[in-house]
Amino acid sequence: MTRNISILLNTLRRTAQYPSGAIGLALVTTILLVALFAPLLAPYDPNKLDLVNRLSGVSAEHWLGTDQLGRDLLSRHIYGTQVAVVVALSVIAIALAIGMTLGILSAYVPGPIERFILISFDSVSSFPSVILAMAAVAVLGSSMPMLIIVIATSLVPHYGRVARAQVLSVKNEPYIEAETVFGASELRILFFHIVPNILAPLIVIASLDIPIVIAIEASLSFLGLGLRPPLASWGGLLQDGYQNISKSVLPVLISSTALAIATLAFTMFGEALRHAIDPRSQRGGKND
Amino acid sequence: MRLFESYVFNRVLTAVMSVFGAMLVIVMLLNVVPGDPATALLGPMATPEYARQFIAEMGLDQPIYVRLWRFFTQVAAGNLGTDVISGRSVNAIVWAALPHTFALALGSMALACLIGIPAGVYGAVHKGSVADTLMAMISVVVVSVPSFILGIFLLIVFSIWLNWLPVLGVSDSADLGDQLARMVLPTVALALGWIGLIARLVRTSMLEALGQNYVRTARAYGLRENMIHYKYALKNAIIPTLAIIGMGIGRLLGGAVLIEIIFARQGLGSVLYAALQARNFSVLQGSVFIVVVIFVAINLLTELSYSFFDPRIRYNRR
Repeated sequence: MTRNISILLNTLRRTAQYPSGAIGLALVTTILLVALFAPLLAPYDPNKLDLVNRLSGVSAEHWLGTDQLGRDLLSRHIYGTQVAVVVALSVIAIALAIGMTLGILSAYVPGPIERFILISFDSVSSFPSVILAMAAVAVLGSSMPMLIIVIATSLVPHYGRVARAQVLSVKNEPYIEAETVFGASELRILFFHIVPNILAPLIVIASLDIPIVIAIEASLSFLGLGLRPPLASWGGLLQDGYQNISKSVLPVLISSTALAIATLAFTMFGEALRHAIDPRSQRGGKND
Repeated sequence: MRLFESYVFNRVLTAVMSVFGAMLVIVMLLNVVPGDPATALLGPMATPEYARQFIAEMGLDQPIYVRLWRFFTQVAAGNLGTDVISGRSVNAIVWAALPHTFALALGSMALACLIGIPAGVYGAVHKGSVADTLMAMISVVVVSVPSFILGIFLLIVFSIWLNWLPVLGVSDSADLGDQLARMVLPTVALALGWIGLIARLVRTSMLEALGQNYVRTARAYGLRENMIHYKYALKNAIIPTLAIIGMGIGRLLGGAVLIEIIFARQGLGSVLYAALQARNFSVLQGSVFIVVVIFVAINLLTELSYSFFDPRIRYNRR
């Protein structure tokens, strides 16, 4: 256990050696802390209405002003951080777990099942993920668990394919053969040798997927297909603000800045982490 | 060439099967809809008989394999079905929207290449200069922040604060200038991230190319630097970027959906969104099908062209 923690600390230290990694790490830590201590940090109840002070600008009472119902925007965005972090981490955890299981499985099962798994991956990833999530959430309803499951499903193939490729490349390494010669069971080899060896690239992908999940959740909530008011999610706040943009630009500006900072922070952190773990890797893609 | 043909055949087959799979996902999704679509559409006042008739008209009383089969035979005949609500054919609705979405996606990609490629070359040639560092910083921001957020920032700055550009919609006037003016912000919003990405990729592969012997030879022959950079080095450096650009057009379609909604433009995105909100299954099914087909086709073409350029790829896959 102590060994694992020291590996973790060592990796984080190497991540922070890149300037963008240090900034990313600092911002990510701040975001996580804000999410964790939201009730302590928020100056007001995020749902407390104050109809007299609607869309008030920045003031000593309301540092970031109020929304169209007079709710304190700072408090709502602080709680929104919590929502974004909870959704992002649960989605990644579920997608990683299912994707890794299916990916590893596909490297071991007989041909027909293997093909079925691979075609399922292809089918799910033949949708642009926002569109799959839009359609699924619109049909299945938009509670937070449903949203998490839907976004996670759209990411499963991503992890599945990488896990599969990793297993296939590791499976025939000499040290695995040696284990087999020593009489280790397949399961033992799987859990003690293969899984630990394929975890690093998967974790890197996971960290780079966090901003993508945040963006998908925000865009769904922005379209009114995601989390519903009065729950304060950044996407929902953005929608509230967007509808009142002609009266005041401030709410939109705050929500989009929050989203921009969060996606930027997690991307910077993720890319530095990837460099720290595997300096040769390259990345292509855009957080749509 | 045999190997290449069987590789192509395999990829095409997988692509077709994944389109089938994707449609299965959609039809299944529509099948488990909570609260039946008739009540959702007709409202609580609908009589049971009318609701039943409506459901039969939409084909929703059929088992899933019948609906899937019906849909695919229709599609095979080039017909995406009829919108039960407006009575228009889904083909007409989708075809009317498609050019707008393509104009947006292709325009953005063209803009991204036009700015991103020279920026990448410049960054590689002037590595470590102030401009290079600045570009690297900007590129991190535009790549990380989702396009629809960038779009909102652009909208605030250029339409609301500076009041330079009209905000919303596709112009209904025939005035070309007005049409173009309304395209600027959504196109730039979509393009920004790809400018950053392309610049970054081109820069990396240019740096590699500039270190090669043939570049040194070209210099020794006294060729002009611009000629060396653009004619010799870039030609080799551009290949990995091509693949990303291809994939990017597919991704842009996804991004375009949101941008269209934010800027209230016509297009596949707004058709999809309207169908989602109205629970209009016939249009939803048809438009999602088109999105999936385009997305899969572009990814397939990209992959094939990539393996055509770099033969090592086709032998390594499955």
